Amino acid sequence: MEGYKPLIWPGLLALAFTPGIAIVAIIYMAWLSIWNLNALRIDSYVLEVLEFTIYQATLSTLFSLLFALPVARALARRTDFPGRGVILKLFGLPLVIPVVVTVFGITAIWGQNGLVSEFLEYLGFNGLSPLYGLTGILIAHTFFNMPLMVRLLLPIWESIPGEYWRIASMTGMNSLSMFRYIELPKLRDGLPGLVILVFLLCFTSFTIVLILGGGPQSTTIEVAIFHEVRSNFNIPKAILLALIQVGICLCVSLLLLKFALLQPGSATENRASIRPDIISPLGKINDAFWIALGCLWVGAPIAGIIAKGLLGPVVQVLVNQAVWEATLRSLMVGFGSGMIAVSLGLLLSSTTRDIAVRWNNTGLANRLELTGSQALIVSPIILGTGLFVILNPFIPVFEYNLYLATLINGFIAVPFVLRLVSPVLRENVEKHDALCNSLGLGGWNKIRIVEIPLAKKEIILAFALTTAMATGDLTSVVFFSAGRDPTLALMLYQALGNYRVNDSAVMALLLIVVCLMVFVVIERLGNVLLRS
Amino acid sequence: MYRPVEPDPVNTGVGIEELIKPHPSLILRHRQKSCFMLRKFFIPISFLMFACTLRAETLTIYTYDSFTSDWGPGPMITEAFEQECNCEIEWRSGVDAAALLSLLKLEGENSKADVILGLDTNLMAEAVGSGLVSPHGIDANYTLPMDWDDPHFVPYDYGYFALMYDSEALPNPPKSMEELVAGGTEKDLIIQDPRTSSPGLGFVFWLRSLYGEDTPEAWSRLSSRILTVTPGWGEAYGMFTNGEAPMVMSYTTSQSYHEVVEETSRYKALIFPEGHYMQVEVAGIGSYSDQSELARDFLDFLVSEKAQQFIPTTNWMYPVVDVGESVPEAMKALEQPEINFLLDPQEADEVREVWIAEWLASMN
Repeated sequence: MEGYKPLIWPGLLALAFTPGIAIVAIIYMAWLSIWNLNALRIDSYVLEVLEFTIYQATLSTLFSLLFALPVARALARRTDFPGRGVILKLFGLPLVIPVVVTVFGITAIWGQNGLVSEFLEYLGFNGLSPLYGLTGILIAHTFFNMPLMVRLLLPIWESIPGEYWRIASMTGMNSLSMFRYIELPKLRDGLPGLVILVFLLCFTSFTIVLILGGGPQSTTIEVAIFHEVRSNFNIPKAILLALIQVGICLCVSLLLLKFALLQPGSATENRASIRPDIISPLGKINDAFWIALGCLWVGAPIAGIIAKGLLGPVVQVLVNQAVWEATLRSLMVGFGSGMIAVSLGLLLSSTTRDIAVRWNNTGLANRLELTGSQALIVSPIILGTGLFVILNPFIPVFEYNLYLATLINGFIAVPFVLRLVSPVLRENVEKHDALCNSLGLGGWNKIRIVEIPLAKKEIILAFALTTAMATGDLTSVVFFSAGRDPTLALMLYQALGNYRVNDSAVMALLLIVVCLMVFVVIERLGNVLLRS
Repeated sequence: MYRPVEPDPVNTGVGIEELIKPHPSLILRHRQKSCFMLRKFFIPISFLMFACTLRAETLTIYTYDSFTSDWGPGPMITEAFEQECNCEIEWRSGVDAAALLSLLKLEGENSKADVILGLDTNLMAEAVGSGLVSPHGIDANYTLPMDWDDPHFVPYDYGYFALMYDSEALPNPPKSMEELVAGGTEKDLIIQDPRTSSPGLGFVFWLRSLYGEDTPEAWSRLSSRILTVTPGWGEAYGMFTNGEAPMVMSYTTSQSYHEVVEETSRYKALIFPEGHYMQVEVAGIGSYSDQSELARDFLDFLVSEKAQQFIPTTNWMYPVVDVGESVPEAMKALEQPEINFLLDPQEADEVREVWIAEWLASMN
């Protein structure tokens, strides 16, 4: 262990960017509003926006949870049936597909002229009413968060040791008591963290509320901040709203720290054992029903996007030069953000790795990594407002719209990089450090010869993921947009707004294809290049 | 690789000399790499920069969304003006008029706007007060229903706000504002957000002109009819023509669009006996522009017959000068509201924020 100094400066450098810039922005905004106490008046509008934000976030979380629990339980009970892997992949898609595209997909299914409505009318019922306000927001939030919850709930179920089922079988428990005595206690540990996470995601939701909210009756704080900056030029009010949101998110996420998302494994042999309650036909029907419903819920809007896109005026959109220019800009934002996120993520995790392994202080390392995940507290819009307030006296902010969008997207993607790369880096240190030290291998050579080759798969994956996510981003792009140089996502948003339904169908499909291509190409190409 | 050379009488001033030559393979690789960079990046970029300097002056015009759409006045005005100015017009849009003003204020002196086009009388005093426009000194033979002598803005079209309705979906539309406000059983009206859109703001002013202090109460009764509030006129009108709602906030002249272009009388404007609010759309020279001469030429062009002839059949508003036969018969035949309201810019500026706050409070 001697002869090795833990690397501290890379982590400090990364922390100076994220959350450093966000902290500076918040403090600066708070400082500004101290000098402008008049603006700190909380009027009825602010209260109503706050009330609606909490209301919709609570309902969204509740619906997602009530939907996710039976689906996750069904998937946990059926551990191997053909297509299970595909279903899990499907449930991962909402994370990668651009939000603006899925909003299009959801209106294609649930909108007034959507598939469900047409089917109901065909059967002789009344069609659905238009998808604006709370209903639309709830459907969209459930679309995103149900699958996310399922994917995070499954590991909790899988952490139940096989021996438990053997005992359940011996004591003749029925399905209900198994849930009551085995599954529920396990869930009780993991669920609060998950619920808080989803609540925060819904609380700070932007794109969905911007498009589906339908005016001031259903506005979240995040969208209200956007309006105060971009429509009202009321910066003090935007700052007030931003501080309220940061305060609430900070309090809620302190709760998150209390309930860790990951549970320690149990000290059993974990011998594989089949649950006794999966043989009954009723159970089979029940599970099949929930799995099918979950798949339909997630799959239908995605299928809607593909079908509508292919049926739309594909050629007209694809020969439009402006569309390709916009695609190029989206890709530039994507690659830039991916670079920023991976660089910051690597810098931070190289320090936390040393803290975790050298200093044997995993707790501190994990906490440092959490501070890199500031996006849950300081949302992109708030960061954008802060950057605007700070930079506007010095540079023409809206001339640098794409650069700022790239920067913000890079910052908010850092947690994804950490999640993928950090465990591998820590594992490698544990495995290879002794050997490296005995060979006198250190510094740059060690990074070049040992560390990067061993973690390259995860680094490339992280780059591919963050690039793909930023390519389809709308939030920061629309915040800084100044009526020129649209990205593909912004172009789609404008086409949706102006009801160019057919054009937007094709653009939605194109945007999905571009994002997935980015992901696949980077992953494949990266691995090939690094191998040679 | 280099070392200082001792001064010698033959080679004075050389200073250093190559000591060790790099290995040939290194040179080759280095050269290949630099060639690659040169080919891929520097040559195209320098060409691009060269091309930029060759291009004529660029006139940057900030405007609202629908002005620059394919069917809007933008393309025709661009073509006509570029022919005579030896310049290129760069349009910047993406939002509706009120949000445009906000963008200009956000940008402040960094603004690239040479021309600001698309504000109306409700917004122009605020723009002048924020120092965003410089005086134009242009006069034209306006045919506006009022006198125009504003030093900062020229008018380029006008019209009357009105609700458009779909006669197939709504056989019995409200006959008066009172009937509309009394409320319906369904959500059948789309309006625009007054914080971002000039028709949205127009509706706020319209209702306020009719109801005075009782407006909040009128809003809260009306809100049961409002399906959604869109950020701009384009969004709202698109939803209307797609059948999402049978009524939308627009202009009396929107009716002639459907009659002329779509040859249908399905979509009609509702003329209310209580009276209508007017809109005069205006353009001005950006005060941070470094091309105010060119901007002035553009405004001159905008109020001339050469540009005004496009207004009736592209922006679907009344032109501000006489353009003779360029106004389609359908537009000439439109019923004009008998009572009209229009606050003067200064007055509008004083009440705007209060009235918007009032709207916001009663919509929730």
